[in-house]
Amino acid sequence: MLNASLKQLATQLLEKKISSVELTEAFLKHIKSLNPELNAFITINEEMSLAQAQVADKMIASGQAHPLTGIPVAQKDIFCATGWLTTCGSKMLSNFVSPYDAMVIERFNQVGAVNIGKTNMDEFAMGSSNETSYYGPVKNPWDTLAVPGGSSGGSACAVAARMVPAATGTDTGGSIRQPAALCGISGIKPTYGLVSRYGMIAFASSLDQGGPMAKSAEDLALLLNVMVGFDGRDSTSLQRESEDYTRDLEKPLGQLRIGLPKEYFAKGMSNDVASAVEAAIAEYRKLGATMVEVSLPNTMLSIPVYYVLAPAEASSNLSRFDGVRYGYRASRYTDLEDMYKKTRAEGFGAEVKRRILIGTYVLSHGYYDAYYLQAQKLRRLIARDFTEAFKQCDVIMGPTSPAVAFNLGERSNDPLQMYLSDIYTIAANLAGLPAMSIPVGFGGKNRPVGLHIVGNYFKEARMLNIAHQYQQVTDWHLRAPAGLFEAK
Amino acid sequence: MQWEIVIGLEIHAQLSTQSKIFSGASTAYGAQPNTQACGVDIALPGVLPVLNYGAVERAIKFGLAIGAKINSPSVFARKNYFYPDLPKGYQISQFELPVVQGGSIKIQVGNIEKAVRLTRAHLEEDAGKSLHEDFHGMSGIDLNRAGTPLLEIVSEPDLRSSAEAAAYAKALHTLVRWIGICDGNMQEGSFRCDANVSVRPRGTEKLGTRCEIKNLNSFRFLEKAIDFEARRQIEILEDGGSIRQETRLYDANRDETRTMRSKEEAHDYRYFPDPDLLPLSIPKEWIEQVKAMLPELPEARRNRYIEDYGLSSYDASVLTATRETADYFENTVKQLPAQAKLCANWIMGEVSGRLNKENIEISQCPVSPVQLAGLLARISDDTISGKSAKDVFDSMWQNEYGGSADAIIAAKGLKQISDDNEIEKLIDEVLAANPQQVADYRSGKEKAFNSLVGQVMKATKGKANPAQVNTILKKKLLE
Repeated sequence: MLNASLKQLATQLLEKKISSVELTEAFLKHIKSLNPELNAFITINEEMSLAQAQVADKMIASGQAHPLTGIPVAQKDIFCATGWLTTCGSKMLSNFVSPYDAMVIERFNQVGAVNIGKTNMDEFAMGSSNETSYYGPVKNPWDTLAVPGGSSGGSACAVAARMVPAATGTDTGGSIRQPAALCGISGIKPTYGLVSRYGMIAFASSLDQGGPMAKSAEDLALLLNVMVGFDGRDSTSLQRESEDYTRDLEKPLGQLRIGLPKEYFAKGMSNDVASAVEAAIAEYRKLGATMVEVSLPNTMLSIPVYYVLAPAEASSNLSRFDGVRYGYRASRYTDLEDMYKKTRAEGFGAEVKRRILIGTYVLSHGYYDAYYLQAQKLRRLIARDFTEAFKQCDVIMGPTSPAVAFNLGERSNDPLQMYLSDIYTIAANLAGLPAMSIPVGFGGKNRPVGLHIVGNYFKEARMLNIAHQYQQVTDWHLRAPAGLFEAK
Repeated sequence: MQWEIVIGLEIHAQLSTQSKIFSGASTAYGAQPNTQACGVDIALPGVLPVLNYGAVERAIKFGLAIGAKINSPSVFARKNYFYPDLPKGYQISQFELPVVQGGSIKIQVGNIEKAVRLTRAHLEEDAGKSLHEDFHGMSGIDLNRAGTPLLEIVSEPDLRSSAEAAAYAKALHTLVRWIGICDGNMQEGSFRCDANVSVRPRGTEKLGTRCEIKNLNSFRFLEKAIDFEARRQIEILEDGGSIRQETRLYDANRDETRTMRSKEEAHDYRYFPDPDLLPLSIPKEWIEQVKAMLPELPEARRNRYIEDYGLSSYDASVLTATRETADYFENTVKQLPAQAKLCANWIMGEVSGRLNKENIEISQCPVSPVQLAGLLARISDDTISGKSAKDVFDSMWQNEYGGSADAIIAAKGLKQISDDNEIEKLIDEVLAANPQQVADYRSGKEKAFNSLVGQVMKATKGKANPAQVNTILKKKLLE
């Protein structure tokens, strides 16, 4: 059951083979047995989860079931949820119980999904290894010496370890896709503007996008159906006709042109990742796809551009955490300025401070043109590369991450090395394009490898179709780390 | 040396929307602290701003009223600084592309009229309020005002005296109320002025170093603060010193300005476009729609009053000081088109005096324009004298006899005797009874004439038309 797809769970619930309360209890039990070691969750609240499960059971009994009714979903601790501690992985919000629901939470509540807990994450979503969390690092369930990736590392770990059937994540530069790849699960970052950012604690507003993380493309489609939708409370939310993201899953691939950026395959990728990705591409050839070489000449500028723009926005977004109205406040201070300094010095971790400093610097008088404006120009060039490439192909494929999961502590003192983990994923955020990662095998030390699929704007349904068809002829997405289900 | 004062004003006009510029919370004044601050206003984690288009519409109205360019797109930017009453740690404002650019407004000082150019007007949110009293040594924060929509109106340094500055501020104050975008209440902070003041030797081009003076919450303080500041700067320069660019605070109790922060202490606000708000585009159709809603503006009305009604420029200005006054005049004169000057005199004199005395607005005047016109008609057709008219007005104010001029005149018997025959008869009686005075007058004693007029008036209890009495009496005495 812990390994079942969302569809299978929904069927069992509908056929009353199991109740939502029983399902929730089973997952909670599994969480409790694994979490002490994996640290995927920051908050578990059995009472609140079970209360939701009871409501779900009533919905099912009264024939009001939605495909996700009664199904436990873990929520990244970046989403505000009424009555839940919402920390964003930071000491700064270690005492913040949200008085309101994020749009994403609201949507899951409306369909009767069960919030089964808040998952660990890099502090304010800044990190690629989950090591910047105030609540300690999450471990990779495939190898507890390895990082799970970040920033949605808790969600990725929870799904990979089958502690939950599905989870939410957010992705600013790869924070859904990179941990999905490193933990061997599927995850999608939709087109910017499809999932409301209301109630999703902001890191870099022009790049942040919520999305689902699950075992398979089919599950992602069901989750997207709930998460996507216009929200008047987010001015960047897009008003479009609603789509059923499952509609194209079963379609044969048909004419599919896969773009392979020559820059991605030139250098930087480790051999084990390269061979898993090449094998996946070979599989797509067998499915009838044709390969096209494309070029994304500015893609290598993504990291410098990102590390100007994201910190700039973050430095401003994080100004509200000042100890005045909520959250952490230093216990001793002499005056207002001292209160600000001590609160922020004590409340934020090193990586967050580093990015606030970078962001403050690039926005400063005299530097703004050289950094911020220049980065904005390059951002447009990077987006234009994709526009050009999509004239020749339907989707672009490559590795999600240049290497399999690295060891805990291995890169935590080398930020530049850490930032390179996101080299293939960042460009999609800069361009606002939908992108996903699906598991396509294992590399060194038997750690998972993810395939990165970037589509054109609003092509999520086609991308999910492409991923699903692959998952119909492979079983990487069904593999779970060994030894998880033994009693501890 | 002759010095020239150069002034530019920054005026914050609070826009009269029901809800805040980026949230749905109410903007009503005077509520209990923090009862009108929602999640967006207190900057909870995860909340986002949503633009109130009512505020944009008011900005467009203003732009059209001053003949400015409406920028589309315009861009909201974040102005970053830390202060406890600024919940997000940044203020959403506009920086590089304001919604309103350029335009001008006419002012009049003495007999000189001049056009003051505006640099820009941009939308922004207000901050909350820090309360430093009654908290046992701590400070309180009231976020009710946080997020209130403001239009910051920036002038070019075109003003050359404190009188011009005040005239400009008053003209803007009239305009924003006229077009209904701001209630103009200065006590409640709905209309706030900051002044940039510098001085330079008369005849030179180069601007001197300026100081910004904050906290000018009345037109009188604005004038006094500028006068003080200009004097201060001139004294420093004449003593061979130089001006430091700084922000200064006006202290009304001491009538002086003093340093608030120097240029070195000035914030680097790190403006950048707010990624939570898309660039604001304003379609042409919207601008046309707003244009159609725009009332006739004060300047146009002033000119019309001069041309159509033959009023003096002064009268026309006084009557267009507020839209309510102008409408009152307009509705009065509509009943009496030939008597515009009489209407103007009464509104500026009796009506306005009484309103001031009772401390009420013209919109609450108990005497309606139609009632007033009824009274003025009786003056102009000589039914009553100017003196009795004041009594009638007083009765109308008290709403006696249904407030109708004719009913009051009839009831109080104030009708003037204007019948030549009747007056002649009366005069004959008086002349017959006072032969001595008649003789005195005829022998050249002019004073006797006044005495005879007095007798006639006395005999009619003041109701005889004095002009007619004069004419007929003179005629009789010359017979």
